[in-house]
Amino acid sequence: MKLHNISINNLKRRKAKMAFLTIGLTVGIATIVTLVTLTSSMSRDIERKMDEFGANILITPQSNGLAMNYGGISLGGVTFDQRDIREEDLAKIRTITNSKNISAVAPKVLGGVKVGTHDVLLVGVNFDSELKMKQWWKIFGEAPQGDSELLLGSDASKVLNVSSGDSITIKNESFKVVGVLDQTGSQDDALVFVSLPKAQKLLGKEGKITLAEVSALCSGCPIGDMVTQIAEKLPNAKVSAIQQVVEGRLKALDQFKRFSYAMAAVVVFIGSLIVFVTMMGSVNERTVEIGIFRAIGFRKSHVMRIILLEAALVSLLAGFLGYAVGMGGAKLALPLMAESKNAHLAWDATVAFGSIGLAVTLGLLASLYPALHASKMDPTEALRAL
Amino acid sequence: MPLINVTNLKKHYTSGDDVVEALRGVDISIEAGEFITIMGQSGSGKSTLLSVLGGMNHPTAGDVEMAGVKLYQLSSEKLADFRAQNLGFVFQAFNLISYLTAIENVMLPLAIVKMSTLAKKTAARQALERVGLGNKLDRLPNQLSGGEQERVAIARAIVNNPHILLADEPTGNLDSKTSEEVMALFRELNGAGQTVVMVTHNPENGAYSDRTIHLKDGRVA
Repeated sequence: MKLHNISINNLKRRKAKMAFLTIGLTVGIATIVTLVTLTSSMSRDIERKMDEFGANILITPQSNGLAMNYGGISLGGVTFDQRDIREEDLAKIRTITNSKNISAVAPKVLGGVKVGTHDVLLVGVNFDSELKMKQWWKIFGEAPQGDSELLLGSDASKVLNVSSGDSITIKNESFKVVGVLDQTGSQDDALVFVSLPKAQKLLGKEGKITLAEVSALCSGCPIGDMVTQIAEKLPNAKVSAIQQVVEGRLKALDQFKRFSYAMAAVVVFIGSLIVFVTMMGSVNERTVEIGIFRAIGFRKSHVMRIILLEAALVSLLAGFLGYAVGMGGAKLALPLMAESKNAHLAWDATVAFGSIGLAVTLGLLASLYPALHASKMDPTEALRAL
Repeated sequence: MPLINVTNLKKHYTSGDDVVEALRGVDISIEAGEFITIMGQSGSGKSTLLSVLGGMNHPTAGDVEMAGVKLYQLSSEKLADFRAQNLGFVFQAFNLISYLTAIENVMLPLAIVKMSTLAKKTAARQALERVGLGNKLDRLPNQLSGGEQERVAIARAIVNNPHILLADEPTGNLDSKTSEEVMALFRELNGAGQTVVMVTHNPENGAYSDRTIHLKDGRVA
């Protein structure tokens, strides 16, 4: 017979009360685990997407009111070649402080050309950097290798009625269509891609580019800083981040995170109250028992140890259960809340140990006063309840 | 030198504006090995006297010296240690812990003593055998009769070989036959050298003791 035997036997005897206490604490811990895991999983999902698609920075000429848009709006009829960027200036991008974060720089030259009776937008690209940046591109056929080969967007292929292996003529030059892009849902579907030097020549823009996309393959890149740094290097260009959507989502997620933590704090508070009230009730119910302990020579510290050990055991169980239930809840809720369907649950040892540690800490803190109250019971008063 | 020496013991309780004088200057001397019964009417102060003797109730005035130690000069925790090492309590309502078996209840005072579990079990079994319950070690209190529960309570009180066994109305909840058996057990323990101080209102119990102290209105009559 040791003090812990008394604690364990008491827990066994008061199964219903201890189950209530365990459930109360478990719900609290599970809520925290679910919220923390959800926010963490959603953050990772968005960060992964940022990595996948690149945290793009768009470099365009200073347009002075020119309505020039690459994102889905036609450039046809707009004089966009007034202040082109010089291709050689792009090398300066690699000299910025955060150059390590740059994964790819994809320069482009754009211009309207006629293919047969159709007006199309010709884009000159560096295929190596373009393919590195647009990893989601699926090409039926091959990527162009030489200046006389080209790649068509899926809509362009349909409109021009050509496919891989066919040839088309642009400005009296014959090009072989070596690949057709699968539908991307973006402006790329309507474009005709040729090598940058060839497009520059065809459009009469040798040594110039219309715009450049910069991809930074990292989570939480200092995009704002990089935009400033590039703008300093290229004073004649307009440098802007085109990841507002992702940032907006991160911002929303940040708000959700703060809301989660606030909710978790409330749940923790309620959980602590449950522990406190239950343990206080348990102590009051055991007045006579504690009186006997004190009468037969138990020190105050012995009585405290019995009560706190009970709290620690229940809290430990609640911590394990809370973690398991919380992760289960997160797994169920993640598909409903995450941006992408293949978002993965973030398994984090810190959350596991943290939830168990938090449960035990909360249980002990909330039981501290009841335990102190029990230890201070006057044995005579306690036994007078007989 | 007496084992217990009580001098000019006073205990007053305050209830609102009223002051109840439970003990009004009690002087008692008890020798080692004596069997003392303290008798008196309800409200005479006998239970208060027992709780003061048991180191659980600070007196308003006076001294309690036990085995050479002035009890109420000890700190609360030292007093707890003194109780654990020197005193055994038998309560009127048995006061067994309902979720512990007979042997576990008896081992309770040993839970705070540094001893091997085997030694604790042996001591508890021997104490239960002494009170005639060697065959009911693993029964829970609700599986025992009133007399048996009282015996377990006595075994718990003697398991740590206390200098003094304090009993508060130990036959108060028992029928007359069981009361006689329990009193005979106390007598037997006393015969083996155990000092017993028992509070009772039953005059028949006085016959088992060496000496009876009568209390009336908080004084030795």
